[in-house]
Amino acid sequence: MAAAQAGRGSRSARVYGPSLTAVCLAPMTVLLGVLFYLPVGAFLARSFLVDGFSTDVYADLASRPIFLLIFLRTFRTGIIVTLVALVLAYPLAYAMARARPIVAGVATAIVLLPLWTSVLVRSYAWTVLLDDRGVINDILVGSGLLHAPLRILYTETAVWIGMVHILLPLMVLPIYSALRAIPTDLPQAASGLGASPRAVLRHVVLPLSLPGVFAGVVIVFISALGFFVTPAILGGPKTLMISTLITQQATSLLDWPVASAIALVLLVITMAIVMAVGRSLSIERLLSI
Amino acid sequence: MAGTQRIARTLRGPRLSSWLVAVPVLIFLILPTLIIVPISFTPVDHLQFPPQSLSLRWYEELFQQAGWLDAALFSLKIALIVAPVATIVGGLGALAVVRGALPHASLVTGLLAAPLIVPAIIYAIAVLLFLGPLHLTGTLPGFVLAHAAIAVPYPYIVVSAALYRYDADLDLAAMSCGASRLRTLWHVTLPNIAASVFTGLLLAFLTSFDDATISFFISSVSEESLPRKMFDNIEFAISPVLAAVATLLTLVTLCGVGLAIGVQVVSSRRRRVRITEEVEMA
Repeated sequence: MAAAQAGRGSRSARVYGPSLTAVCLAPMTVLLGVLFYLPVGAFLARSFLVDGFSTDVYADLASRPIFLLIFLRTFRTGIIVTLVALVLAYPLAYAMARARPIVAGVATAIVLLPLWTSVLVRSYAWTVLLDDRGVINDILVGSGLLHAPLRILYTETAVWIGMVHILLPLMVLPIYSALRAIPTDLPQAASGLGASPRAVLRHVVLPLSLPGVFAGVVIVFISALGFFVTPAILGGPKTLMISTLITQQATSLLDWPVASAIALVLLVITMAIVMAVGRSLSIERLLSI
Repeated sequence: MAGTQRIARTLRGPRLSSWLVAVPVLIFLILPTLIIVPISFTPVDHLQFPPQSLSLRWYEELFQQAGWLDAALFSLKIALIVAPVATIVGGLGALAVVRGALPHASLVTGLLAAPLIVPAIIYAIAVLLFLGPLHLTGTLPGFVLAHAAIAVPYPYIVVSAALYRYDADLDLAAMSCGASRLRTLWHVTLPNIAASVFTGLLLAFLTSFDDATISFFISSVSEESLPRKMFDNIEFAISPVLAAVATLLTLVTLCGVGLAIGVQVVSSRRRRVRITEEVEMA
């Protein structure tokens, strides 16, 4: 009897009934429903609403080679940025996972600070560094290493540098958290059985950290596909990306159906990637909570 | 922390060589943001690094030039409304998802976190089209509404993570002592997850305060947020006044991140003390 009561009591304390659940969920559902899903849905629906329902816009989209070119460029940028970020992030995450707590803490703070610094501030910082008369060129030309300044700003290279810098924390944090989650006795056992340090890294640590690598790669890649601020500031006319293309179509040409169609394609690609990896993507891990 | 130490000893492998890459990467991460700081103190009217002498000229300019202060206050006002609203709404959503018996829980979780994954540019243009006919573009309510939607997933995720970790037996104990559900939430649950609620509040604040993409589209000439005004100025002129703005913004972020880490450290230390006490009692 007492056990049954305790059981019922624990149920009601831990688990909310349907009405309480609904009350708690209602504000967020209304907020996102009205302010997020409704506007996004309405915008995306525009691509099908040209003189009644039609899919002509998509045929139009496919017939313009410049659009394909911009999509390909965006993907190439995404791939390059993701690979560079991975190559830079893994050794850092590895070193952090092996460091003393205080060192790891300082390194984590250094990774978190840029993550939460305005994207605009960071992009601006890169214009200051990369400009023809910017800090880097000042040093290179001033020291006599170069005769003429390097033209980096407003090129694709500038966009890549800026994007790697901005997305790097999103690669470091999931890898770091995956490396920390490796049960300590596994590498120990491997080396106890005579594996060389390199073999432990290659056959034990690396495979076990792959979920983190995976999460980082996905989040960096999909973020890169939709980047707007950095390409707009660091890039030039020759570095048009999907997001700048959508903006151009929407605000300069006022071609809402085309803007909407490109946005839908971008969203479908993004969602397909997220769905494909599904559960292995832990958002908590990304926020490093 | 203790776990890290053990891993540190057992993750055998090239230790020195990993730092050979890690240190330059850390410098790469931090340097661009820091280089702005000395530049903002230059007395000359072009970007100079390192500055030959120091002055507060550009900070004075910042406060005298029309618009900067207004834009900063406008952004601050928006973020100060958005952060608590997003935290309450997102926190309640977290309670519903973690405690409630929801059908299709993983689908619900995904839908609630979607604003984090949908590219900002899509939402920015969507919300521009949405607010336009309502005559809300370039207004405080318009910004608040637009920012609330992108800010709310952060407290929602942070608080639900904390609720999953939280020992619900404490609530059970409080309620079996006669506390109402609301009292239990306020006096037992909330103090235990306070650090995470605070982190969620900070993340929501920063999301709104730093938002450049949405602001770019829904600002008007008279009412613009700080990031939008910066955006315009970057495109037109590279003046040290921007370095001063950027320095102040970085300072705001530094305080925010510092606070969040501080609160987390204190609360995890408390948690550890409590666990140690429990172990000793047992």
